[in-house]
Amino acid sequence: MKPRHKKIAIIASSVTALTIAAILVLNVFQSNLVFFFSPSQIAANEAPIGKSFRIGGIVEEGSLTRQGSSTTVSFAVTDTAEAIQVVYTGILPDLFKEGKGVVAQGKIADDGIFYADEVLAKHDENYMPPEAASALEQAAKAQKTSLTQ
Amino acid sequence: MIPELGNFALILAMLLALIQGTLPIIGAARGIPSWIALARPAVQGQFVFIAISFGCLAYSFVSNDFSVHNVASHSNSELPLHFRFAATWGSHEGSLLLWVLLLAGWSVAVSVFSRQLPDDMVARVLGVLGLVSVGFLLFLLFTSNPFDRLLPAALDGNDLNPLLQDPGMVLHPPMLYMGYVGFSVAFAFAIAALLSGQLDAAWARWSRPWTTAAWVFLTTGIMIGSWWAYYELGWGGWWFWDAVENASFMPWLVGTALIHSLAVTEKRGSFKSWTVLLAIVAFSLSLLGTFLVRSGVLTSVHAFATDPARGIFILVYLVAIVGFSLILFAWRAPKVGLGGNFQLISRESMLLVNNVLLLVAAGSVMLGTLYPLLVDALGLGKISVGPPYFEAVFVPLMAPAIFLIGLGPIARWKQASLPSMVIRLRWAFGVSLISALIMPFFMSEWKPLVSFGLLLAFWIIASIFVNIKHRLQNSGEGGLLTKLSRQSRSYYGMHCAHLGIAVFVIGVTLVNGYETEKDVRMEIGNTVSISGYTFRFNGISNIPGPNYKAVQGDIDVLKDDKLIQKLYPEKRTYNASGMVMTEAAIDAGLFRDLYIALGEPLDNNAWVVRVYHKPFVDWIWLGCILMALGGILAVTDRRYRYGIRKKDKTEITSEILTKSNTDIKSRDIEPVILPEVRKV
Repeated sequence: MKPRHKKIAIIASSVTALTIAAILVLNVFQSNLVFFFSPSQIAANEAPIGKSFRIGGIVEEGSLTRQGSSTTVSFAVTDTAEAIQVVYTGILPDLFKEGKGVVAQGKIADDGIFYADEVLAKHDENYMPPEAASALEQAAKAQKTSLTQ
Repeated sequence: MIPELGNFALILAMLLALIQGTLPIIGAARGIPSWIALARPAVQGQFVFIAISFGCLAYSFVSNDFSVHNVASHSNSELPLHFRFAATWGSHEGSLLLWVLLLAGWSVAVSVFSRQLPDDMVARVLGVLGLVSVGFLLFLLFTSNPFDRLLPAALDGNDLNPLLQDPGMVLHPPMLYMGYVGFSVAFAFAIAALLSGQLDAAWARWSRPWTTAAWVFLTTGIMIGSWWAYYELGWGGWWFWDAVENASFMPWLVGTALIHSLAVTEKRGSFKSWTVLLAIVAFSLSLLGTFLVRSGVLTSVHAFATDPARGIFILVYLVAIVGFSLILFAWRAPKVGLGGNFQLISRESMLLVNNVLLLVAAGSVMLGTLYPLLVDALGLGKISVGPPYFEAVFVPLMAPAIFLIGLGPIARWKQASLPSMVIRLRWAFGVSLISALIMPFFMSEWKPLVSFGLLLAFWIIASIFVNIKHRLQNSGEGGLLTKLSRQSRSYYGMHCAHLGIAVFVIGVTLVNGYETEKDVRMEIGNTVSISGYTFRFNGISNIPGPNYKAVQGDIDVLKDDKLIQKLYPEKRTYNASGMVMTEAAIDAGLFRDLYIALGEPLDNNAWVVRVYHKPFVDWIWLGCILMALGGILAVTDRRYRYGIRKKDKTEITSEILTKSNTDIKSRDIEPVILPEVRKV
């Protein structure tokens, strides 16, 4: 092969390799995106059933109950407009408290209960998880518009 | 008084940095010796003033001066002395002051250990470092002054975040920053090369030890961070693909590509402009990491938008540095050139593939880290990208890279013969394949992914043996020990770092394959068994700490009904902030860790307790230590220690020539003539 042809061959093969890599990466990326829904959106049936997503808001006061003496707990996550029941088995993070912000990842079942695989731990107790903050913000906005109407 | 002194010193340092960043560069371009000579004293003066400033802040922390805003919000009079000192870099402002202190430290190191470099080169390198420093000092002075007063003074401070009250967190930021900042030296060398248009094997030899040193610090920093997360967060995980972690991992990936590319530039004079580009990218990603962590953009894009001064400053600075360097690169890179030629099957091409794989890996981490931020900033909703994405991307990208670790060091430069490599490595491959298939049977069950991971690790180890054996056969007369001592430190450094990868892969593979976890309810006297170990809960007691109250569990670990260890996990409540922290108890061992953490109290003295059995988990950090050690061996190689300044050009080239000739003899490769030798 002439050097020029070899150069073209090398460039062509590396471009192909990079394209394949990019397609594979983007494919995996797309299938692993986790979307976020607020309790109001879930109540309006906007969230997918059977697919993993995140929910955020405030743990409703007085809603935390433990099923018998097991490690399974249930609590309600609210954005002040709607509340969604969440069930989780495992140890809750240190900063989990009623009346504080929370983010959970899991799936919603046909019974309308959100089964969480993960309740997120945050590092500072004054800190509100961004998802939780935005859920509250949206609910406040929705309330305001319904009032003016 | 002391804080004002610190502030004043910071302003003086900024002025010196301004001088350091302008006059020497202009002097080097115009050939004005007196301006070139300004570089070294300016650097050293700047360091002294920043050190004074840092000392003033540390004094304010140690002496509990709560009239300083920064101290009042990040310290507390009950905090033990060593944590009060460490709190100096526990805040945003303090950590940036640490950043500039380390930058000034690296600059002084360059000014001291650069005697063999031409003066104009040193002036350019130090000048670029000065400009980087100016940016950060302005940022400190205008948006995040650590010496701002709080009037009236607070009675006591808000306390340091309890997560940071830990030796791991005391060490982690300085190490990580040493790495980030260290890449600024590689960056400065690259920019200096572009400015002067002079880039040869000697240039690569100068910048290589600096880059490797930065990489060593970054590796250590990431390792300490991961280890800290493992024992401090109470979840037993060692890597979460969290945005903060990714921010430090991206420069590491590109830095790893850079040290390999520099090896080619030094040994063969190839990959020149590619190396320069990698140096620019590595430092840009270090800046990006600082931006992500320090601007608050990760906590909330919206919080960033409401108080944008800091974020905008770093963003503008980032865009200015990246934009300027890329324009300079586009303009000057053709002058630098790509360098020597090589065949499709050669060590160069394998290192090129390794570089591309590492860059694609860094790119996919970047996609997963920045895309959710971008979507949020554009108001398109909230999404997150979890560990499954990163894991799915990383395994197929790193597997070929690891396979090349075995192949690359045995391949010849310029043109290698595939058949002879196959013959040399077939036993290594056979042995690693068979042992990888058999090994998992000795664990609890056979799993295909475990076998695959072990195959990669054993392949690295076996090929290292083959490589060393072959090298010794070709290194002249003498006994085994004389032959071993004849090899260079950088040669051992390379193998040590590669061995580190193997050890790391073994750790990750076995922990992912065989760890067991149980969350159980335990009453006094209850037991729980995992993987042959039995844990008995003997109850809890209250223990006072210096600035917290702790509930301590008392747990017996039994194996075959014999007590082998007592563990005391804690649940701490910090006095000043009221924050609750889980302090896990770990019985660490070479082949397994037993990990236990207290969950929450239940009725009648029962607790939810989390127990883990984690086989080979410590190999993850052991691997990182080996990698860092390999880097240290390479940096201390004697060819970097002896200056070549006193010799004239012909002597230098003849030295390079003889050096490469001895390489040829020992490595059985064809004669190498470096480009600059040809010119002579």
